[in-house]
Amino acid sequence: MADITLIEGLRQAMDEELGRDERVFIVGEDVGARGGVFRATMGLFEKYGAERVIDSPLAELSIVGVGIGAALYGMHPICEVQFADFIYPAFNQIVSEAAKMCYRSAGEWTVPLVIRAPYGGGIGGGLYHSQSVEAFFAHVPGLKVVIPSTPYDAKGLLKSAVRDPNPVVFLEPKKGYRLIRGEVPEGEELLVPLGSARISREGRDLSLFAYGMMHHYALQAAEKVAPEGIQVEVIDLRTLLPVDEQTVLASVRKTGKALIVHEDTLTGGYGAEIAAILAEHAFTDLDGPVMRLAGPDVPAVPYSHPLQDWFMPDAERIAQAIRKLAAF
Amino acid sequence: MPVEVIMPQLGESVVEGTVTKWLKQVDEPVREFEPLVEINTDKVDTEVPSPANGTILARFVDEGQTVRAGTVLALIGEPGEPLPQREHGEAAPARKREDLGFISPVVAKMAAEHGLDLSQVPGTGQAGRITKKDVLAFLERRPTAAPPAPWEEPGLGELFRPSEEVGAAKPAAAPGTILPLDVVRRSIADHMLRSRHTSAHVTTVMEADLSRVIAHRQAHKEKFQREGVSLTFTAYFAAAAVTALKQVPLVNASWSDQGIVLHRQVNVGVAVSLGDKGLIVPVIRDADQLSLQALADTISDLAERARSRKLRPEEVQGGTFTITNHGTSGSLLATPIINQPQSAILGVGVMQKRVVVLEGKGPTGEPADSIAIRPMVYLTLTFDHRILDGAIGDQFLGLVVQRLQQWT
Amino acid sequence: MAVRQDLQVELSQETLLEMYWYMVLSRRLDERAWVLHRQGKVAFHISAIGHEAAQVGAVFALRRGQDWLVPYYRDLAMVLALGLTPLEFMFGLMGKQGDPSSGARQMPSHWSLRRANVVSHSSPVATQSCHASGIGLGIKMRGDEAVVLTTIGEGSTSQGEWYEAVNWAAVHRLPVIFMVENNTYAISVRKELQMAVAHVADKAAGLGLPGITVDGLDPLQVHAVMSEAVARARAGDGPTVLETVVHRMTPHSSDDDDRSYRPRQEVEAMKAQDPVAGFRDRLLMLGALNDQAEEQIQARAKHEVDQAVSLAAEAPYPGLEQGGFPVYVEDIRHG
Repeated sequence: MADITLIEGLRQAMDEELGRDERVFIVGEDVGARGGVFRATMGLFEKYGAERVIDSPLAELSIVGVGIGAALYGMHPICEVQFADFIYPAFNQIVSEAAKMCYRSAGEWTVPLVIRAPYGGGIGGGLYHSQSVEAFFAHVPGLKVVIPSTPYDAKGLLKSAVRDPNPVVFLEPKKGYRLIRGEVPEGEELLVPLGSARISREGRDLSLFAYGMMHHYALQAAEKVAPEGIQVEVIDLRTLLPVDEQTVLASVRKTGKALIVHEDTLTGGYGAEIAAILAEHAFTDLDGPVMRLAGPDVPAVPYSHPLQDWFMPDAERIAQAIRKLAAF
Repeated sequence: MPVEVIMPQLGESVVEGTVTKWLKQVDEPVREFEPLVEINTDKVDTEVPSPANGTILARFVDEGQTVRAGTVLALIGEPGEPLPQREHGEAAPARKREDLGFISPVVAKMAAEHGLDLSQVPGTGQAGRITKKDVLAFLERRPTAAPPAPWEEPGLGELFRPSEEVGAAKPAAAPGTILPLDVVRRSIADHMLRSRHTSAHVTTVMEADLSRVIAHRQAHKEKFQREGVSLTFTAYFAAAAVTALKQVPLVNASWSDQGIVLHRQVNVGVAVSLGDKGLIVPVIRDADQLSLQALADTISDLAERARSRKLRPEEVQGGTFTITNHGTSGSLLATPIINQPQSAILGVGVMQKRVVVLEGKGPTGEPADSIAIRPMVYLTLTFDHRILDGAIGDQFLGLVVQRLQQWT
Repeated sequence: MAVRQDLQVELSQETLLEMYWYMVLSRRLDERAWVLHRQGKVAFHISAIGHEAAQVGAVFALRRGQDWLVPYYRDLAMVLALGLTPLEFMFGLMGKQGDPSSGARQMPSHWSLRRANVVSHSSPVATQSCHASGIGLGIKMRGDEAVVLTTIGEGSTSQGEWYEAVNWAAVHRLPVIFMVENNTYAISVRKELQMAVAHVADKAAGLGLPGITVDGLDPLQVHAVMSEAVARARAGDGPTVLETVVHRMTPHSSDDDDRSYRPRQEVEAMKAQDPVAGFRDRLLMLGALNDQAEEQIQARAKHEVDQAVSLAAEAPYPGLEQGGFPVYVEDIRHG
C-alpha cells in the first residue's frame, strides 16, 4: 500500500492508462512540458512524448471538440480543461455533440472521451477559479458525471472513466489535490466502477450525502457529533450521473433522515435531484424533512478570505445542520 | 447516575400527596437527610428528607401540585450530570389523540404495521413529536416473554394497597368491542375497588316478614297520597334502619387511624339506580329527626331529582349509612359493597311470598307449628369487620328485622 | 489567395458520367423533396440545389469509403456520391425506420453513414469542424493514410468553432480539407455582413495555411483543386481552406421565404447558371454525353426517385421504444 495524495492518484491513473492503451492520449493547456498547472500530468510528457501529451491552443472549445473528433476516429482522449470555470466555451461541444452523438446516430458513432477539470473553492481562487459545474452536466443524458473524493477513488474512477465508451465529465476537487491523502494498493489494477456510491461511515440516525471536498468535511462532522449520541451514515456519491439510487434509498430507509451537502450554490444544485428522488421514492420512510446544506445563492465564491469562508460549507456548519435535523 | 426523590406513600390508603413548599432550589446543594420539600396528604403534613448528598439537578413538580405516591419529584446528582430519559407512564397522564403533534410518514407507517396506539408512545422529538426512534424503542420495550408467576414477584409488604397499584394495564386478551369509559364508570369502578380494599367486608343475612309493613302501608297510602307524598317501602326500610342505628351507634361510624369515629348525625344514603348511567346515593340528612311521612317525602324527592340529575353536591355527601334496594331488579339476596367511609350497608332484596313455618302452641300448650304464606324479604348487611364484629352486626340487623316485623 | 481557372481535366468518360449521374440524381431527389414538402407530406427539407457541382467534384477527389467526410446539412450530392441511396434519403426525409443517419431521431439532411466514414453532425453550425480536426489528429497519431474533408457554409465560418478547428489543424499540420461552400447567403444575411475579407479563403492566411477559391459551379475545377489539397494532406503537408463559390438557388430551407431579402432577378440569374445544366452542356460538347444517354439518365433518375418515394411512404415509423435509447453505449443493441 502507498499513502498518496489525490492528485497523485489521478496522475498514476493517467500514466497507467497511457501505458496500457496506445489510443489513450492527453490534450489540454500546459499539460505537456509543464506537467499541468497543478502538476496532474507531471512526468507524462517526458514518458510518452508530445504526440500523446499534447499542449493545446488556449481554446477550451476545441480542446473538447477536437477530442470528440479523435474519439470518433477511435482514439481515447483525456481532455483537460484547466479550471472548470473555463469549461463554458466547450459547453456546446460537450452537450450538443459529445452527449448526443450516440443517440443521434442510433449508436453508429460513439465518443469514448474523458473531460477532466479541477473544480471547487477554498483555495483563494475568487469567482473564476472556484466554481462548481456539476449541476449543468448532471442534467444531460448521454454524459456521465464523476467526482472522486479520495486518492483511491481518484485513481480507480479515472481509470474506469478512460475505459468507459461514453463521454465522462470528471470533476476533481482541487482543494483536496494535495490536502487529501489516502492509501492506494500498489502493483495491482485498481478500477472503481462508475455509477456506484460508497458508504464511508455507517450510522442509524441520519443519512449524509456528499461528494468531493464536502465528503471529507462530512466525515469530520460525523465524528464531531458522534459523542452526542448522533450516529451519522455518510455516503460519498462518487458518480452523480448515473447516480446510485439504490444505495441512496437504502440508507434513508434505514435512518429516516437525509441531509445533502455540496459547495455548489443551493438553487438548482445537484442536491435538489437527490432530494426529489427521496421525496418520491422514500416518502413513507422519512422521519424528518429532506435538508440541503449548500453554498449560498450568489454568483460565485468571493476572493477575500473571510468572504470565502462565509461561502464555503465546513465541518462545523455541517455538524450544526446534522444536529438540527437529528433533533427533529 | 442521579438519585430520584419520590413522593412517599404515607399511610395505607394514601394514594397521593401535594407539594406545599420546596425547601431547596435547583442547583442548590443538599446533604443526605436534610429536609428537601414539604408535602401534604389528607392524613398528614410532613417533610421529605433528602435521600442523598449532592446538588438538585431538576425539580419536576411545582408547589401546590398534587401527584400520586411514587412520582419522581426531583433528581439529585453531580452538577452538570446529564439527566436520564424520563421513563414513560409515571406522572404523565396518557395522552389524548390531539396531543400527538406531527406524525412523520415513517412513524405513521410503522404505527400501521404494528397496530400501535401512538398515544402510548412518548415523544422525544422537537416539540414532543414522536420520532422513528421513539417508535423503535417502544417496540423494543413491549414484553415478549411470558410474565413471571404472581407469587414469584415480591409484594410490597403492605396489607392494604391502594387500588391504583393493582390492576396495572395488561394487554387485552381477545379483541372485542371496546366501550369507552366515561367519568361515572371510572369513578364507580374506582370507588368499589377501593372500598373492597379498604374495609374488611363481611355480609350477614336475615329475613323479615313484611306483613305488618304492608298492612300499614295499605292503610296509610291514600292519606299520604292526598298530601302529595308517595309512600314507598323504602321509607319503611329507612325508618327501621334509623331505629337500629340509634341503638347501635357503632354502625353509624367510620374508621380512622386515630380511632373509630362515631357520627353524631344519622345521614342515611339511599342508592338510586340511573340505569346504564350507573348509580348515585343521595343522602337523607338527620334521618333520625324525620317522621315516616317526611322520610317518604324526602326519599321521593331525592330519587326523582337523582334521576333527573338535579341533585345538589351536598345532597350526595356526608352519608353515615347506606341502604341499597337490589330487590327492585329481582335480586333475592346480594352482598353490597360498603359506601366508604361508612361502616356498613344494608341491602334489601326482592319481596316475595314464601311459605314459612310459624311456631305456635297447640290447644294443650304443646308446640304446634303451622305453615303460612307470608311476604318475606332477605335483608343483607355488609359491615366492616375492622369496626364491627359479627355479633354487633347481627344485633343491628336483628333490630331492623324486629322493627319491620313489629310495625305499628 | 488563388482563384484557379486554368486546369486541364484528366478524367475518364466513365468518371465524368458518374459525376454527372450523381448531380442529376441529387437534383431530382431534391426537387421531389420540395414537392413533398409543399404537398404537406414532409415536415422539413433543406436543399442542395445549386451546390451539386462543387459537392460531386470534391468528393470524387477523395478515396471514397477510405477517406472521411464530416459534412453539413446541404451536402446531399456528396453523400449520394458516397453511397447513400435515394431510399435511405427518403426514409430520413419522412422520419421512417431505416434511416441510416439517425434512425429518424434527427431532422432530415443531418447526415451520418458509418459504412462510408460519413460522421454524424448536428444543427449548431461549425461544431463539425473541430471534429474534423480531431479525426485528422487521430489519423496522424495512428499513422494512417486517410484524409478528412469537412464542409461548411460561408456564414458559419464566423463561428469561433471554425477558427479553433482550422487553427488546430494548421498548428498540428493535420490532414484536413476545410471546404467552404460559399453561396453568399446565411439564410438572409449576405457575405458582406459576415466577413471583411473578399473571399473566405483569405481568412486562411491569417491562420497560416493555404486558402484557395474556385468556381463551385464547375465540378472539374473543384475536382482539380480538391485533388491537389488532398495530395498535400495525404503527404503530411497539412490542411487547406478550399472555398467553392456556388449559388443557393432555393430559399435556405423549406421554412424560409427568400422573397423578403433577395430580388427575383437574382434568382433568375442563378438559374441561368445552373451547374447541372451547365455540366450537361459541357459533357455534350465534350462528346461524353449524347441525347440518348441523357434521356436514359433522366429516366433512371426519375425512376429511382419515384421508387424511393413510394417505398418510403409505405415504410413503418420507428417503434416508440426507439425514443428511449441509445443514451449510453451500454444501451446499443447488437444483432
